[in-house]
Amino acid sequence: MEKPISSSAEYLVDVRDVHKSFKDVKAVKGIDLKIAHGEFVAVLGPNGAGKTTMVEMIEGIQHPDKGEIHIDGKQWKHHQHELHQIIGLSLQETRFMEKLTAYETMQLFASFYKLNSHRVDEVIELIGLEEKKKAYVNNLSGGQRQRLALGIALLNKPRLLLLDEPTTGLDPNARREIWNILLRLKKELNTSLILTTHYMEEAEYLCDRIIIMDQGQILSQGTLEEILSMNGGCRSLDELFINLTGRHLYE
Amino acid sequence: MNKITNHQLYRLIAAHFLEIIREPSVLFWGIVFPILMAWGLGIAFTQKGELTQRVAIIRTEPDIKLSAFLKDHTSHNGNLFKTQLKNKKLGNINLIFEEVSWPKAFTMLKKGDVNLILEEHLNNVEYHFDPTNADAKLLYQQISNTLKYGAEYYTNNEAEIKPLTVTGTRYIDFLIPGLLAMGIMMSCTWGISYTLIDRRSKKLLRRMVATPMKKSNFLFALMTARFTMNIVEGGLLYLFAWLYFGIHIQGSIPALIAVFIAGNIAFSGMSILISSHTANPEIGNGLINAIVTPMMVVSGVFFSYHNFPEWSQPVIQYLPLTMLADSMRSIFNEGAGFTSVVMDTLVLSGIGAVSFIAGLKIFKWY
Repeated sequence: MEKPISSSAEYLVDVRDVHKSFKDVKAVKGIDLKIAHGEFVAVLGPNGAGKTTMVEMIEGIQHPDKGEIHIDGKQWKHHQHELHQIIGLSLQETRFMEKLTAYETMQLFASFYKLNSHRVDEVIELIGLEEKKKAYVNNLSGGQRQRLALGIALLNKPRLLLLDEPTTGLDPNARREIWNILLRLKKELNTSLILTTHYMEEAEYLCDRIIIMDQGQILSQGTLEEILSMNGGCRSLDELFINLTGRHLYE
Repeated sequence: MNKITNHQLYRLIAAHFLEIIREPSVLFWGIVFPILMAWGLGIAFTQKGELTQRVAIIRTEPDIKLSAFLKDHTSHNGNLFKTQLKNKKLGNINLIFEEVSWPKAFTMLKKGDVNLILEEHLNNVEYHFDPTNADAKLLYQQISNTLKYGAEYYTNNEAEIKPLTVTGTRYIDFLIPGLLAMGIMMSCTWGISYTLIDRRSKKLLRRMVATPMKKSNFLFALMTARFTMNIVEGGLLYLFAWLYFGIHIQGSIPALIAVFIAGNIAFSGMSILISSHTANPEIGNGLINAIVTPMMVVSGVFFSYHNFPEWSQPVIQYLPLTMLADSMRSIFNEGAGFTSVVMDTLVLSGIGAVSFIAGLKIFKWY
């Protein structure tokens, strides 16, 4: 028997020894990861670390070659419909239909969740796009598009939010606007967040736990203080990253 | 209350439709361009007005007869001799003889300025031209007859010519059903295939299927929006042809509707198959052209495919665009009804259904 959504598993996300290869490239090499209800987790690592592949496996877009992923006790193979209902996500660099307005784009995605315009209005307000809601997507700035992508991810009040580099390429102000929206979510709903990022300050500011990945593996994880002290008292994440991999985070 | 406007199928159709009509270039290529093409070709091939033909002439040893003709019947200006052959029914021909050297004549021939060279040899004239070029052959006959029988030869036969300009037999009657068929093919392949490939490349497909959206709704909506546009595009082209050229549908309208729908099914299905895999718009571009261009050339949209070699006929006849154009033409011009187009309608629908299912099987959403 399936469990009802309310009586959820101990961990919202439970990733067990997951592997994934593309042709000759081993993108993810045996990852274990547990995420609690309401926990905000940042996954940090340079390009090619396997962050996106891991997140896309949790999103059900990629399928692991080996290992299991349970979300709220359910697996993608058997519970695709239920899992889509409780997950919100934004992919790296999605480009929405250019000649639809921001509002129409939201309405379209809302219809997939059987939500009405009332919810669209709420989310538009939450992401602060009221003034731009009648603008075509191709007339939105980079920051506004990222907020639109975030808004779409929030439509169904997801219990698990997965954001793949939601602030890459944004200026500090636009980035801070997105952080504030996420902090509000954390306060108001018990949403869990998995966020991939290149920015250390984003991870520090938003997340309860930081996971450092490189070459398809988790190198270190914990709160900021924990991972700094675990690794010989580094003073910053960048220093830690150089200690762990010999490279900068931005490479 | 869950209103119909909140339903995903409604929203998807609306979104696709808005995307089409908000793009001005789509309206130009889909509506204005086919009408301009019909107008241009219709005018070019149906106007009875004057035709101007240039002929190069080499006069190293002037021929007596030709010299007399040029002197008596042409106006002379520098190295140009102009005359007009008159015929109310065939249309007048302005003949321009240009006196040039051999090298210049060859240059003109290569550039397509002339396709006939006259060379005089005291007592006779030689005609140099490519006998497989129909235009050149016709011009040779006109000029040689004029020199033999005088300029009246062209005028004299007016009485025996009974022009056929009744609806259904003109070039424009042949052309319009072909253009309608081609419009459906172009609109579906570019509108559906290219849109899908573009959205896959922009990761929008991947984003959409990461929601509870039904994939079948997405594809159905894309095809419905395109079908609606095809009705508008086809309707406007027909309206223009009816008002400007007086074209009429002589056969069964319900049969035409059935053929139109079958054509849409065929090309929509093929479009899904074409776009099932690639995320690279340039590859998509090549794929679509590889399917569309050969059919545009051989399927008899602009001229009859019976000009192609015998052995190729069975292949050409079963190309989807040929079947669609032939069926539409038979309804427009031959007064055909359901029974004569039922086979093509079924085959077209079958091609669409099989391609759609095959495409869906290998369709890459991510």
